[in-house]
Amino acid sequence: MEVPILKQGLYLIASIQSALTDADLLQLREALIERVGRFRSRGVIVDVTALDVMDSFAVRTLRDIAHMARLRGAETVIVGIQPDVAFAMVQLGLSLKGVATALDLEEGLAFLDRGGEPKRVRG
Amino acid sequence: MADEIRVAIASDKDVVQARQTGRELAARAGFSSGDQTVIAAAISEIARNVLMYARQGEILISVVMNGDHSGVMIVARDQGPGIPDIDRALRDGYSTSGGLGLGLPGAKRLMDDFEIVSAVQQGTTVTMRKWKRFHG
Repeated sequence: MEVPILKQGLYLIASIQSALTDADLLQLREALIERVGRFRSRGVIVDVTALDVMDSFAVRTLRDIAHMARLRGAETVIVGIQPDVAFAMVQLGLSLKGVATALDLEEGLAFLDRGGEPKRVRG
Repeated sequence: MADEIRVAIASDKDVVQARQTGRELAARAGFSSGDQTVIAAAISEIARNVLMYARQGEILISVVMNGDHSGVMIVARDQGPGIPDIDRALRDGYSTSGGLGLGLPGAKRLMDDFEIVSAVQQGTTVTMRKWKRFHG
């Protein structure tokens, strides 16, 4: 199933709607990297709220998307990892080291608006 | 115990099918949603291993009992090249396929019991179980 990609200003938003096969994930990677160039996008959000499981292939592909997009001049943020999914990922030994994550779409957009800087906490 | 579900693995769609079937069975057996996710993730890893190394095989999923303790059992079977060095295959970061090398060791960490029987040029059978936690 193809993942719809929305262009919103300088950002691309990919909202995963259902379980993805490995081929779907690779297709998403190609589509996002191509569109970063076509639309001169500065940020990419991948919304994984609908994913009820993330295995090593999914995590590796998301990491590849983030690294490839960065090489093309765009920051990526993964949003919406569910609590159960986070738990299983940690048990599996999977991390998204070097990839920005945010709680949800709103936080992801705020992160990109700050230029990919983590939120500053006054203290 | 009689109902054992078989999912043939021959494409990446079957990997999705296998983990969804496993999640449904785990839900029916009364596993928490957290454990359902863990079971689905473990199935995904071993099903992908079948696909990557043997190109085809099967996953069998069933509910098992041990006294009054229930659980799910997942068996992944293929007639692929086999694993010459199982200890090494269970080490994090070891991969002969260019993957992350987290498939088998990751699945092992997710489940309670995990066994591999493999013979070179004959195939591999992975058997894993997860038991329902008692809530105290």
